Amino acid sequence: MIGPLVILASVVHLFGGEVLQRILTVLFINLVMVLGLQIFMGNSGVVSFAQIGFMGIGAYASALFSMSPQAKAMALRNLYSWLVPVQVPFALAVIIGGLMAALVAALVGYPLMRLSGAAAVIATFALLIIVHTVLINWSEVTNGPRTLFGLDGYTTLWVSVAAGILFLLVALWFKETPLGLQLRASREDEAAAASIGIDIVWVRWVAFVLAAFITGVAGALWAHFITSFSPLAFYLPQTFLIISMAIIGGSASVSGAVVGALAVTAIFEGVRGIENALNIAAVFPFAVSGLTEVCLSIAMILILILRPSGIMGSRELRL
Amino acid sequence: MNVLQEVLQFLINALSLGGLYALMALGLVIVYGILRLVNFAYGELVMVAGYTLLMLGTGPLPWLIVAAISVGMAVLTSLLLERVAFRPVRQASATTMLITSFAVSALLQNAAILFVSPRAKAVVTPSFFTENFQVGGLLISKGNLAGLVVSLLLLGLLTLFLRRTLLGIALRAAADDFVMTRLVGIRANQVIAAAFAISGFFAGVVALFWIGRLGSVGPFVGSTPVLVAFVAAVVGGMQSLTGAVIGGYLLGALTVGLQLVLPQSLLDYRQAFVFAIVLLVLLFRPQGLVRGTTITERV
Repeated sequence: MIGPLVILASVVHLFGGEVLQRILTVLFINLVMVLGLQIFMGNSGVVSFAQIGFMGIGAYASALFSMSPQAKAMALRNLYSWLVPVQVPFALAVIIGGLMAALVAALVGYPLMRLSGAAAVIATFALLIIVHTVLINWSEVTNGPRTLFGLDGYTTLWVSVAAGILFLLVALWFKETPLGLQLRASREDEAAAASIGIDIVWVRWVAFVLAAFITGVAGALWAHFITSFSPLAFYLPQTFLIISMAIIGGSASVSGAVVGALAVTAIFEGVRGIENALNIAAVFPFAVSGLTEVCLSIAMILILILRPSGIMGSRELRL
Repeated sequence: MNVLQEVLQFLINALSLGGLYALMALGLVIVYGILRLVNFAYGELVMVAGYTLLMLGTGPLPWLIVAAISVGMAVLTSLLLERVAFRPVRQASATTMLITSFAVSALLQNAAILFVSPRAKAVVTPSFFTENFQVGGLLISKGNLAGLVVSLLLLGLLTLFLRRTLLGIALRAAADDFVMTRLVGIRANQVIAAAFAISGFFAGVVALFWIGRLGSVGPFVGSTPVLVAFVAAVVGGMQSLTGAVIGGYLLGALTVGLQLVLPQSLLDYRQAFVFAIVLLVLLFRPQGLVRGTTITERV
């Protein structure tokens, strides 16, 4: 799998224009997020709607540590004074972003891991809303609902490719660790897994924290790619995008995450091209918007009805 | 205002908001009880009714007829969604159904963005919703009072329906034990369609009052009602209709209450508080306040 991804990135790097390179960068950042979701949801069978909250935490935490004091003075007027002079290298800031997300996940996650099914969905959904509300209102560190600007664009195509491949390997490795195997056993049959001595809450919690770290890193990378953003970026549309990637590709396998990210990006950019063409040609007397999401949700519903385990199911590609 | 008046004012506000919330929660729980489907697309039924109000509101029809058609559209949409999207995944896991409903919700929202407008549009509502009157020093909004009365009336009618009619009894039986209900000759499709119809009906009625209060309708108008329904249903008990009603009234009282007691600086975090309560309930009493029949949601 890694070979073709690197070849794809190289081809785009050599021959693709600016737009294509940006699309591919976002693709790899999204891939990291889907991999985070796959590590938790794919192996445990418990759906988490909270991931994008961790993305937001990673984005803001890394921004606070990577921005220069001057940029902070411009963009974050109410920032706590002890944080203003702090500035660390980009790589360290990204890791801090991931760690902050993991810390939050570790603190709130343990009790949540007792839940599964609909209760888990509503609980993680509640967590997403809580994180979102805090991001919007904690204006000292997030600039409130307004846009945070002044980040440096450290995330290049190759940074995101490297992160994508690194976490691809992590996800493949995690699946086969004793802990990953225990987690997958609990997905198949909770009662049987518990009866052979698997501590389900513990194994889920480890996966949840690891997934939050990865998603936090992805958020940090995204923040330093887009360079200005508001809390609205970390809410339901992005959640929908990442979940649709996991579902369409098939969440039970790491290959599914890759295939899903590629397929959804292809649909998304393809339809967006059509949408833009329609708008430029002014075929309709109004601006066409929402068509991409409409197509994406139809694709997702069809997959859920016709092939509920996703394109890949639980198979892994060997390349 | 003396203390008694304040208490009365609080009660009236809490009861009218709570009644609305209770209806929202009931619409969600009546489907969940039978299918174990947490229907994210429930809010979009409110949206559909809202857009019907928008389209017909400027026409020649009297408002009550427009309102009836809007409720009818919500019922039709609910039935259509059941047939097209939810029936094919009925045998799949609860998670698959839930994600299907999430996708349906995104589909409807974006269809509204695509075919109507990404922006909210003003809806013509009867002046009734914004008028107030005074009784003994109390300021009462006519819209709120109507909401209170209608919600009580509908709760009564639903109780009668569930206790006195064959379909209602079948609905309750199916929520307890669907396999057994089918074995005694009740048609599954009919019961499920009835649940979706009731769900759509409540969403439609909620839409009348919700959009009456807001005065506008947009693609995301349904997101608050569906969140409210989630919270009320979880707190009250996902498996119990009584629980949904209690959860709705509690949440109404809590919302009005927090408005009174929280200082302004914390008021912005109100949503975070409410959802923190949801988390706590899920953790310490996952069955909710009113226990249903079977719970296998927790390790």
